[in-house]
Amino acid sequence: MKRYSAFAVAREALRNHMGWERAWASPEPKKKYDVIIIGAGGHGLATAYYLGRNFGITNVAVLEKGWLGGGNTGRNTTIIRSNYLQDPSAAIYEKSRSLYETLSQDLNYNIMYSPRGVMMLAQTQHEVRGYERTAHANALQGVATEFISPSRVKELVPIINIDGPRYPVLGALWQARAGTARHDAVAWGYARACSAMGMDIIQKCEVTGITREAGRVTGVTTNRGDIACDKLGIVVAGHSGHLADMAGFRLPIESVALQALVSEPIKPCMDVVVMANTVHGYMSQSDKGEMVIGGGADGYNNYTQRGSFHHIEETVRALVETFPMIARLKMLRQWGGIVDMTGDRSPILSRTPLENCFINCGWGTGGFKAIPGSGWGFAELMAKGHSPLCDAFSLNRFREGRFIDESVAAGVAH
Amino acid sequence: MSTRLAKGGRLLNRGKPLDFTFNGKNLRGVEGDTLASALLANDQMLVGRSFKYHRPRGIVASGAEEPNALVGLGEEARFEPNQRVTTTELFDGLTCASQNHWPSLEFDVGAINSRLARFLPAGFYYKTFIHPRPFWKHVYEPIIRQSAGLGKAPRDRDRDRYEHFYAFFDVVVIGGGVAGLQAAKAAGAAGAKVLLMEQTPHWGGRAPVDGGLIEGAPPENFIDRTLAELEAMENVTLRTRMMGAGVYDHGYLLGYERVGDHQPDAHGPRHRLWRIRAGQIVTATGAIERPLSFAGNDVPGVMLASAIRDYAVNYGVSVGDRTVVVTNNDDAYRTAITLKQLGLEVPAIIDARPGGGGALAAEAVALGIRVENGRGVAWVKGRKRVEGVEICAQAGEGAALEEIKCDAVAMSGGWSPVVHLWSHCGGKLYWDEAAAMFRPDPDKAPTGADGEGFVRAAGAADGQFDLAAVLDNADAAGKAAAQATGHKPQDTAAPKAEAKAENPIEPVWMMPQGASIKLRMKAWLDFQNDVKVSDVQLAAREGFESVEHAKRYTTLGMATDQGKLSNINGLAILSDALGQPIPQTGTTTFRPPYTPISLASIAGEARDAAFQPIRKTPMHDWHAAHGAYWEPVGAWRRPYCFQRPGETIEDAVQREVKATRDSLGLLDASTLGKIIVKGPDAGRFLDMLYTNMMSTLKPGRCRYGLMCNENGFLMDDGVVARLDDDTFLCHTTTGGADTIHAHMEEWLQTEWWDWKVYTANVTEQYAQIGVVGPKSRKVLEKLSDDDLSAEGLSFMGWKDIELAGLKARAFRISFSGELSYEISVPAGQGRALWDKLLEAGAEFGVTPYGTEALHIMRAEKGFIMIGDETDGTVIPQDLGLHWAISKKKDDYLGKRAQARSHMTDPTRWKLVGLETLDGSTLPDGAYATAEGANANGQRNVQGRVTSTYHSPTLGRGIAMGLVLNGPDRMGDVLEFPRVDGHVIRAKIVEPIFYDKDGEKQNV
Amino acid sequence: MLILTCPCCGVTAEETEFHPGGEAHLTRYGPGSSDDEFHGYLFEKVNPKGVHFERWRHANGCGKWFHAARCTVTLEVFGTYSAQTTEPPQHIKDKISAKRPGWSWREFA
Repeated sequence: MKRYSAFAVAREALRNHMGWERAWASPEPKKKYDVIIIGAGGHGLATAYYLGRNFGITNVAVLEKGWLGGGNTGRNTTIIRSNYLQDPSAAIYEKSRSLYETLSQDLNYNIMYSPRGVMMLAQTQHEVRGYERTAHANALQGVATEFISPSRVKELVPIINIDGPRYPVLGALWQARAGTARHDAVAWGYARACSAMGMDIIQKCEVTGITREAGRVTGVTTNRGDIACDKLGIVVAGHSGHLADMAGFRLPIESVALQALVSEPIKPCMDVVVMANTVHGYMSQSDKGEMVIGGGADGYNNYTQRGSFHHIEETVRALVETFPMIARLKMLRQWGGIVDMTGDRSPILSRTPLENCFINCGWGTGGFKAIPGSGWGFAELMAKGHSPLCDAFSLNRFREGRFIDESVAAGVAH
Repeated sequence: MSTRLAKGGRLLNRGKPLDFTFNGKNLRGVEGDTLASALLANDQMLVGRSFKYHRPRGIVASGAEEPNALVGLGEEARFEPNQRVTTTELFDGLTCASQNHWPSLEFDVGAINSRLARFLPAGFYYKTFIHPRPFWKHVYEPIIRQSAGLGKAPRDRDRDRYEHFYAFFDVVVIGGGVAGLQAAKAAGAAGAKVLLMEQTPHWGGRAPVDGGLIEGAPPENFIDRTLAELEAMENVTLRTRMMGAGVYDHGYLLGYERVGDHQPDAHGPRHRLWRIRAGQIVTATGAIERPLSFAGNDVPGVMLASAIRDYAVNYGVSVGDRTVVVTNNDDAYRTAITLKQLGLEVPAIIDARPGGGGALAAEAVALGIRVENGRGVAWVKGRKRVEGVEICAQAGEGAALEEIKCDAVAMSGGWSPVVHLWSHCGGKLYWDEAAAMFRPDPDKAPTGADGEGFVRAAGAADGQFDLAAVLDNADAAGKAAAQATGHKPQDTAAPKAEAKAENPIEPVWMMPQGASIKLRMKAWLDFQNDVKVSDVQLAAREGFESVEHAKRYTTLGMATDQGKLSNINGLAILSDALGQPIPQTGTTTFRPPYTPISLASIAGEARDAAFQPIRKTPMHDWHAAHGAYWEPVGAWRRPYCFQRPGETIEDAVQREVKATRDSLGLLDASTLGKIIVKGPDAGRFLDMLYTNMMSTLKPGRCRYGLMCNENGFLMDDGVVARLDDDTFLCHTTTGGADTIHAHMEEWLQTEWWDWKVYTANVTEQYAQIGVVGPKSRKVLEKLSDDDLSAEGLSFMGWKDIELAGLKARAFRISFSGELSYEISVPAGQGRALWDKLLEAGAEFGVTPYGTEALHIMRAEKGFIMIGDETDGTVIPQDLGLHWAISKKKDDYLGKRAQARSHMTDPTRWKLVGLETLDGSTLPDGAYATAEGANANGQRNVQGRVTSTYHSPTLGRGIAMGLVLNGPDRMGDVLEFPRVDGHVIRAKIVEPIFYDKDGEKQNV
Repeated sequence: MLILTCPCCGVTAEETEFHPGGEAHLTRYGPGSSDDEFHGYLFEKVNPKGVHFERWRHANGCGKWFHAARCTVTLEVFGTYSAQTTEPPQHIKDKISAKRPGWSWREFA
């Protein structure tokens, strides 16, 4: 792998950039691999990368039915944060966030991790208490967050309206080292690094069946032939239920459409990420200048990558109220992705009823931020059979009633 | 130079001049101008800078596809960045400024990027700025952000108005060109309810500019006649300045009407967002001309051939005195002929096709225009304005054969149907090799609720370019759409039309065919985002082979024009680089909106005070007038406390608690949910809903109940009163009223549908007032003759009484631990009762109190609060509420769930009271630490605070919390670190801090 | 943005008038059921790519729950019917069979 650097760019410039090699190879599938990962999204590629880097397992194929990074990795709002309440969540998301800090250097690929800070607005007394609880939990989890005052909110985000007539801003949970990254680059950077380790990333390779023998997985059938493996990882957000069907088990998952939109680009006006959960909207500004806005999820099963427009309306309404200056900006593009929702809205990183078959799914609306941590933990789970990062996220937790519920601050009563 | 011609301009009203400014310069246009035509009429060729290299940019197009000419429009509260000048109608007093340059448009420091372009190829930023690590956040990223972005950020609050509009039509026709007019007429004549929308202010589309004959006359005649016919049809609605923004599932369609953009001071909304349900949609959205990819095709003065023609015919503007036309199809000859006929010079038509053009070419030659077949443009001379072109053999590598002086270049690479709206909702395309374009595949239309296609393309949007074929095709589409919505089309033929026969297009994706790398590095695909032919080729070499990869790697088509000009050319280059046919490469996904729409129009009327409706109790206005500090609870607002002048919020809360405990407090409890459950099976039903046994409750009595979801978690609580044998009144939490009612209905309708039970949510039908404190009985007795003594109305009883002349229901229940009544009256009498109670209570120092005093008093008594002690992960067993869980019942919702291993785990944290050793108040949400750390290095914990207050009654901090083995560890001291690390020590105690034996409420 | 017809009041309305309620025709498992049965009932929902039977409530209308047969890939609605039934009506099953030969959904295909 040729190293990337400003020097390399300058050198290639003199040759009119004719000398760049492929970022990743495009091999034909082999007959057998030690490990097959289904799904070349961020999570799948990161899993392969850490299998190689941390465990020396490089006889790995990553199979992708479309193009790598083409699922939710390439269609999310790129927020990275780890200010989660429950210990298992905070552990995996903070591991992830800390890996993001050095990922550009680790991969020799600029994924543009921008630790610009994420704030979650508290707009009811109940939210204030909820975020104060999270701040306490985070302090003990080693996640640096603080609860900040409305005036500090205004200082960090001058364009915000903190005195909204309906829901004034009462404070915010602030994670200064949270931020954003360039989503496509994360997939591409991992893919390039995997390819450099000799792994095969095989695009346009659709898995049509999972072969098993005596309760163990033996391989997969694909539109590009049968491929055998010792271990199989299913990492296919949005299609997990479908693949689980092939493997002969069911998942506590429902697939729904989640939407997002961007505005036309403008000069920098907002340096942090703001999430406003009471009014259901969040927004950041990309390096390109677009306001990146996350919308709501539909409540019904859907595989169309299109959602209902009223969710866009609801989100935009909330953000125009919170940031009045965006009113005259224009929506450039809206899109949808299919997300897997589990029974407790937390992910599944788990062994399965099929031996040597592992599943990583159910990231719901929060998968992008978890990519490095999820890959790290899932690689360990696949290599060693267990991982402290993954153990709490097992499939069995639903059977046992041991949920990891992050929505606890959302309840409203009295 | 670019100038206004002495005559001509079919859309102009030359008698009405309009003044406007561009970058502070005073300019003049006329009514009917777009901002683009007015700028060109003033020779303003340079209008902006590109995104990445800050290259000089001029107007390229005449419509929605314009990539370059974006301005900051208006000022202050009406400032709008990135407005396309080609779709901005000129009005008097318009002010605008160009974007993305510093210090000025003419001299832009950022243009250094253009000099460095060779070092900034596609995706260079992925390969650089990697070291040293902190530099990304602190150095590189800020610089990139500053130089990226386009328009300035608005600063002020927008003061314009926006509105939503709902509409339902059988057939919606999008696009008011001749195809749209004909389709609407055909559908309207069949009796269908039709909406025809056109994004510009004018009907007729391109036909008046392009010519041809309809029924033997110029297209204008057909347009005027058809419009008159449509206006006469009652079932047809016509709208100009309205764009079809997006097509969504089941015939949902967004129409974006720019009501006030061209008349900013007129009464009415600025934009109106139409949310339309259409039975059928006909997309008569026309086509967009493609640029040609030759070196220097981005120099101001190089424009689409059709745009140059539009400016001449529609606006009487000549873009140049000498215009070279370069093309691969016949249509561009129309531009040459038009210009020539206006007396302008056309030094040459460069036709890349060896065989040249057809009848139009012959006409051009006859007019004396030089035509060079098999030739291409090798290089455009000039930087801020075209100075000439070097021509070459199209089949060669770009060796210049000749230089032709000119000040404008009209280019045409063929036409692409506007398939966006067809594609938004899943309509598929096919590649028409002969015509070199993607066309809607009628067999793969977007499907609706019934599984049938609901979108049809018509005219140029369907890939029809011959005028007769356009009208036939549109007529058929209009009729088919009417038929599909249950109407009978009339048996009429489409109008006859004739146009000059054209020679077929020959695709030219690169000019010249074998262009050297030097030329390819100067041949633009995406003008706004600065993506060149060489960039797409680089992407392909580096393995970004999917069209989506190439797009994202190079940013091709990701600018504000969403690739309307660049996408097809780009994917053709990509296909060529990969050695695969174009259809195998495919297109990127078309997403709404067609062109950007204002966020304010999406938000609609819901702004400021109308942002979200507020639910108000009958006493709301009184609260507002008496210093209520509001707390949003669900859609309600409740007073958190009533602040008196000079009082802090904390002071007010402490005062309210003390006054209530000492004498008399009043609480507006109207927001509490009230649900009537009635019927022979009502008791049985409530036994399933609550963990308690409710069927044994006697009429006249009340019982506190807990409700769990099927997953076992506590979801709501409240007092249930049995009104008679068949009727219960269930109180819920404020936030829970609607969800609990829905929860009841769900189980009744979908599981126990044979049970005879009826429910009604009467929350808003009754006002409810808590009369609380040692003097509560006294004040009620002043207003009532009914027996309210300890015997007359015992604790946890209710009775109907007459109070202050009102029929009321008194519940003797207490959430404060004091002697307490909740009085319920019809909502309309709530305020009257409130006033009477205030009046009668004056002698006792009656004190209205808010939610915080309520919370403190319940915490002092150790009562749980849903949302504090519970968070969706807590089961009643955790809270020591075993007494409220019936052992006699076989089943209730949540019972099975609570039998799962983790729910019965003895190490679940349990509810206790907490008393700080120093009397201070524990912070909200603090955790109790335990020894060591877990496998992920997180500090172990053994409990957490669920509620914490300073108790004015006890003069110290009190708290409740969930603690590991808590109830068995009375007296143990736990450590609660604050966020700043300071540790507060608290002792585990019983969770009742006040009046442990309940003597105060039992008098 | 779906359109559904409420079979109880007969109104055809926007999706925003309805509230989605997940998989239909579940069998409730209460006390006495095995862990597997209970887990299956509460969490292991079918999540089909294709024909799906689901519950909806006409929440901003007549308030009644009903069932819909819908394709999750095309969003085609094959029909809506009463929630007070344990199995989709034959005419809806026939319609689906005609449009999606070989479809399957639990035991109802």
